[in-house]
Amino acid sequence: MTLTFNKESFRGDYSYHNSPAAIRRFPFPFDRDEYMYSVNMEPHKGGRDGSVFQRRFDVDEHYVAEMEDRAITLARDPMRCQSLPHMRLAGWDLLELIMVSKSEDYPDLFQLTRDGDRWRWVNKPLGIDDTFTFLDDATLPHGPMEYITRQTQGDFAVLDQREGNLWMDAGMITSQADWSLDFDIGMNFFEWHAPVPRAAEMGIFQRALKFLMNVQVDTPARRLNWTMTVNPRLDTSPETYPEWGPEKRSLTPDNIGEKQYLRVELQTFWRLPRSNGLAFPIRCYLCSLQDIVTVPKWGRRLHRVIRDLPDDLATYKGFLVNKPLIVDYLARFDDGAPTSPGIWPD
Amino acid sequence: MSTPPPTSTGFASRPLHAPLLARPCTAALMIADEAGASALLALAEATPELMPRTTVLLADAGVMNAALRARAPARLVETPLAGLEPALDALLAEARMGLQVHVAGSEGLIGRAVARLLAAGLPLGAIQSEHRGSPARRMQCVHCKTIAEDITTDPYTCPGCGRALYVREHFSRRLGAFQGVCIDAETPGEVPEPVEIQS
Repeated sequence: MTLTFNKESFRGDYSYHNSPAAIRRFPFPFDRDEYMYSVNMEPHKGGRDGSVFQRRFDVDEHYVAEMEDRAITLARDPMRCQSLPHMRLAGWDLLELIMVSKSEDYPDLFQLTRDGDRWRWVNKPLGIDDTFTFLDDATLPHGPMEYITRQTQGDFAVLDQREGNLWMDAGMITSQADWSLDFDIGMNFFEWHAPVPRAAEMGIFQRALKFLMNVQVDTPARRLNWTMTVNPRLDTSPETYPEWGPEKRSLTPDNIGEKQYLRVELQTFWRLPRSNGLAFPIRCYLCSLQDIVTVPKWGRRLHRVIRDLPDDLATYKGFLVNKPLIVDYLARFDDGAPTSPGIWPD
Repeated sequence: MSTPPPTSTGFASRPLHAPLLARPCTAALMIADEAGASALLALAEATPELMPRTTVLLADAGVMNAALRARAPARLVETPLAGLEPALDALLAEARMGLQVHVAGSEGLIGRAVARLLAAGLPLGAIQSEHRGSPARRMQCVHCKTIAEDITTDPYTCPGCGRALYVREHFSRRLGAFQGVCIDAETPGEVPEPVEIQS
């Protein structure tokens, strides 16, 4: 495969854009015309050719620009990347998982050569060629988790498993949907989900935790989650809310198709072999409404989902104030025709 | 497998405070401010046999110092509230395995003490807390990270960055603080009238 990396930005002039191919492979998250929480897990063992599910860690046309945006965010706020002292080994586990996966799945872009503990890592898109000693922090320019996640799209929570719970004890979080690693670090599974409405009463978290604690090495799992973001902005953190908050009020009937984005998270879950931790990558995909509706099935379905979404969920996802504008816009692309089951374009 | 905390008394990250109970231990550490000292007295009343194994740390407890001293703890240390952390560190430096800790008082005292105890490596299960006194909260501004003590209104003004912050229903034990988030980020200048925090 050949990949051309976009020159684009996720802030300022927001020059982010999706090619026609990127729109077709967008992970549209709704498999029916309505949405409610569920423990929507499935095995992460590949998927359709060309889809975002095919490779273990998807690399797409936004790779280089996303890594540049992460570097900007980290320079402004180094606390977006933190690791409690006992998570060092899990960081090496994660580095190994990503280097092995990417070098096998994208041999033209990434190469890993291992000679005992002496490893050479070549990342062609970012122009990196480093040699280091596995498990020796002093041989890398950053800690192992920070080193590899500065080179991998998506946020990464690295969870410790103990006392019958999962603990958010390390992470690289620069493209989050309004949650703070600096605040949540050290919390258990129930604590960091405290602000989510309804799901606790539905038993979602208990079932999800039970599932996640039983994820085994070599049998990763995945699910999709979604929200809405005005402008193609990765850094929608609570820390920077005063910067992006005003943009949420900038929508008009004329600009909404261009400025309102469906934000989809491909969440995957990986047991780490040495530390018994759980790696939890949260990969963000952004697609404007005007691009979504180029797939007729998606335009019809998204209209019905948003129109019928309960207000408390729209509030939690942060778009209640814009819901009428969104529904009015999408209604133009919904002729009432039936939609086929599943997430794929017809 | 653990179960999520009940939600009838609040959100899942909010600590539950319950009346202090004696537990089997090699030694006990009791920490209180003036409002919380009465909870320590109740514990001492219920289990006087605990007191010879107990160190009491009182932070600005005023007239309550003498009442606690009369319960004959093994040791009683007084500290100004501002010096809570170093006083606690000094006691923890001498602590041994099997310590049980009882904390009573304002949200601010509990938040600070529990955060320090956890940072020192105590298991959460060895710490109990009982809230006494005002419902004022300890807040962290998510934007500039300034901690504000004794916040009694929602929204409040961050003493660090001056933003008007609302109290998000989210609590960090590591920080010992609730989360404060800019209330007028989307509509600068539109700040509702503050209301008193009730609990």
